[in-house]
Amino acid sequence: MATNQNSGGVRISVRGLRKSYGGHPVLKGLDFEVAPGEIFVVMGPSGSGKSVLLKHIIGLESPDEGEIFVNGDPVHGTQITDKYRMAMVFQSGALLNSLTVGENVGLYLSEHRLESEENIQRIVAEKLDLVGLSNLQHRTPSELSGGMKKRVALARALAVEPQLILYDEPTAELDPLSAITIGEEIYNLGQRIHVTSMVVTHDRDLAFGVADRIAIMFDGEILLVGSPEEIRQSTHPAIREFTTANFNLNKTSKAP
Amino acid sequence: MFQNVGEMILLFWRCLQALPLAWRQRRKVLEQLFEIGNASLLMACVLSLFIGGVLALQTGPVLVERGMSSVLGGIVGLSMCKELGPVMMSVLIAGRIGSAMAAEIGSMQVYQEIDALRTMNINPIHYLVLPRLLAISLALPLLVVFSILVGWTGGAAVSALNHDINVSFQSFFGNLREVVKPQDVLNGLAKSLGFALIIGVVGCHQGLSTIGGPRGIGRSVTKAVVNSIVLILIMDYVLTRLLMVFDL
Repeated sequence: MATNQNSGGVRISVRGLRKSYGGHPVLKGLDFEVAPGEIFVVMGPSGSGKSVLLKHIIGLESPDEGEIFVNGDPVHGTQITDKYRMAMVFQSGALLNSLTVGENVGLYLSEHRLESEENIQRIVAEKLDLVGLSNLQHRTPSELSGGMKKRVALARALAVEPQLILYDEPTAELDPLSAITIGEEIYNLGQRIHVTSMVVTHDRDLAFGVADRIAIMFDGEILLVGSPEEIRQSTHPAIREFTTANFNLNKTSKAP
Repeated sequence: MFQNVGEMILLFWRCLQALPLAWRQRRKVLEQLFEIGNASLLMACVLSLFIGGVLALQTGPVLVERGMSSVLGGIVGLSMCKELGPVMMSVLIAGRIGSAMAAEIGSMQVYQEIDALRTMNINPIHYLVLPRLLAISLALPLLVVFSILVGWTGGAAVSALNHDINVSFQSFFGNLREVVKPQDVLNGLAKSLGFALIIGVVGCHQGLSTIGGPRGIGRSVTKAVVNSIVLILIMDYVLTRLLMVFDL
């Protein structure tokens, strides 16, 4: 259970982060900093190492080299979640299928016995209401659509009252309207409780819509960190190609 | 293989360390107990009835031929409570419950539910493994007692109804009472507790070690069942030898 009761976001510092799997380097020496309360988006194509980076930040993976600090405290080698309230919204939602929606949202509070049963029910209803899913407490995750699962996952993260919230591809597999709802939630949350938010995505609309700053990641390296405007005006060929690509399909078949 | 054994011992040790938290997990223990009982009771009943019956059917005529039919109750009684009850029930539970544990935890691992628990600072060993291990440690000895009683009944029924054996219920249970001592039942219970820990630790360890997608879950389930059965049979010899030292 997090003992640090300070509200507001935390500062994240990533220094020389490297990670390889089976000799294949996935993260190639990342260095960046995220300010408290900032919405920091890491954008890049699939397979560039974005999700691996998030898992390192929340302590699910250990780096081969380098270090990550939360408010100056190293993430690895200490139980960082004991000190700071952190939450992650997984790409799949990662809701516990054996529990109801309400139990999922209240899991952190009930397992750590932070509130009475009555209060937990109230908080669960409040958080579900916040993501537009009132009265779904008694449903099971299998009865929900992909977009609803993501919003429940977001409500579960909110119940932690986090100081840092990590989003792994929050709009993947969502229709444009649901994606906009999720984007609005990410932005409003940052405004409302000044949580530090880190979003990894390949969704350009989401990135440019919510970010204070964007890091462009390609093949395990960060090519550029800047404001959405700076990223748009970048002349780096790979960044330009990624940020301006559209559906001008080449309709000439290359198949023999 | 040695790495797996080491990891399983470590998992068991962590569960022992977490025992003071057991009361907090009582709801999950009860859910698991219900799951185990609900899934196994009917199968346990059928299996034990027929094992007891077959045991009487195989040994009865041989004993009758030699004029020793009066000891049939003792033979069936001892075999059921010291060996067949604990081992057969454990093999059944390894197939039915050990596999379910590996599949459920494996699927949670693959679909990042366990990662989600860790990000909420919830220890998966306390939340997932401890309740399962406690539930199976309580349920298997109870199922073995049930199995022994049903097995005796099956043996007695076959002994009374088969014309080649023709040993009455009274004679069967009279001899059984003479031969089978309370410590023989304790012997079976002690073994079943050991087997329960094996099934629980192996099933949960395989689940937590699952990598890959559905194929990985399938692999974990197969390994959980096969490894549990092999370890049960090896431990059966070790425990039998050990219990002999303590005159049980």
